[in-house]
Amino acid sequence: MQYDLIVVGGGPAGMAAARAARDQGERVLLLDDNPGLGGQIWRGREDLRLEGVELGLGHTLTEWRGEAKRLILACGARELLLPFPGWTMPHVVGAGGLQALVKQGLAIQGKRVVVCGSGPLLLAVAANLRKAGAEVPRVAEQAPWEKLLTFGLGLWRWPSKIFEAVGYATSGYRAGLWPVEAWEGGVTLSDGSKINCDYVACGFGLVANGELARLLGCRMNGGLVAVDDWQRTSVEGVYAVGEMTGIGGVEKAEAEGRAAGARQRVTGNWGAFASALAKTFALREELRALATAETIVCRCEDVRWGRIATMGGKRQARLEARCGMGACQARICGPALEWMCGWGPENVRPPLFPLSVREFLRDRDEAGHPPTGHSL
Amino acid sequence: MKIRVNGQEVEVQAGMSVAAVVMNLGLAARRSVTGEPRGPVCGMGVCFECRLWVDGEGPLRSCQMPVREGMEVVTDAV
Repeated sequence: MQYDLIVVGGGPAGMAAARAARDQGERVLLLDDNPGLGGQIWRGREDLRLEGVELGLGHTLTEWRGEAKRLILACGARELLLPFPGWTMPHVVGAGGLQALVKQGLAIQGKRVVVCGSGPLLLAVAANLRKAGAEVPRVAEQAPWEKLLTFGLGLWRWPSKIFEAVGYATSGYRAGLWPVEAWEGGVTLSDGSKINCDYVACGFGLVANGELARLLGCRMNGGLVAVDDWQRTSVEGVYAVGEMTGIGGVEKAEAEGRAAGARQRVTGNWGAFASALAKTFALREELRALATAETIVCRCEDVRWGRIATMGGKRQARLEARCGMGACQARICGPALEWMCGWGPENVRPPLFPLSVREFLRDRDEAGHPPTGHSL
Repeated sequence: MKIRVNGQEVEVQAGMSVAAVVMNLGLAARRSVTGEPRGPVCGMGVCFECRLWVDGEGPLRSCQMPVREGMEVVTDAV
């Protein structure tokens, strides 16, 4: 099938891109490995529609075969999860992760949740958990008050964000506080407080899902996809929009999606907003040293920090300790180790997500090409 | 609708993910390579901690999998 445009990712950025291109009469296919539209922020919303756009939902893109004139990447971001003692216990979940699971039907009514880590997402998560009936005794933000205050005073530049911030204002919020150890039934924070809870919802900000962009050879800029004012990447015909180009939230994502879809210059000062966010919620040095020798860093292969710390670099850690060699393909430990050790980003090779041998063989086409779309 | 988790019948709502069902039951999704119990973390298909077996196939990411009438889920097997 020939398309004018294929959009990868069905969150706000991808939906805006698909809609804008459709409005110009383009034939558009939108792919997402989630079963529904909306990405993470609008997960579970049932009113989302994309008429006139062909949808391929519930499919993981593993390899690009090139059947469209343009490709817009809107792959979003994932949480940065940093290893600390106890973080692999089942009651420790991502902050956005727990919110996603609640939207998937996790019963949270009456549960006690400590929300911790960094970024504006913590406030949104705490507010939503409370709305769903959870008790949130503490929201611990690692950034110091001074930085949050400076950021708050600068919000006049993005008025919609002031209302968002006020809406999320929450009791139990503390700055300059972070988790140091999780234990059965609770968590200890950096001020020594021990809090009993059913879940620890912990995320240290967001990192771009840049794997597909890197596989295609797009130039990167500090973990983000480098784009021009039209959202064009360094690769001809390939655009990137939304969190992949800078962690900045839904308005930025939609503005960039619309621009890329319509082949127009992006409007608004959302790039500056993303920079202000990054500066405000920059991680403190103490977080590099949360893991002890016994703490598992690579959760897929159970590689402990004591072993990784003896390695000269990412390659040696992979070859000798199997760090980053498991099913998530270093999506979790990779960004953590980039932060903890200053190691460079992981190399990306197809398939982008693990495939079973049976799936791999089953769908080869006449030319012997491997499959392009699969859910795992 | 009803599904079975480790042989036990469980009443679930359409639209739930298998990951959420398993968490509601207080079960870990899988065992790590050194035997630790693990449950869902990212909720969006990237961390692979929620892998389990469904209808004899696996390991599959349960957070990306909506429940289906009659499905047979097995946890703790990876």
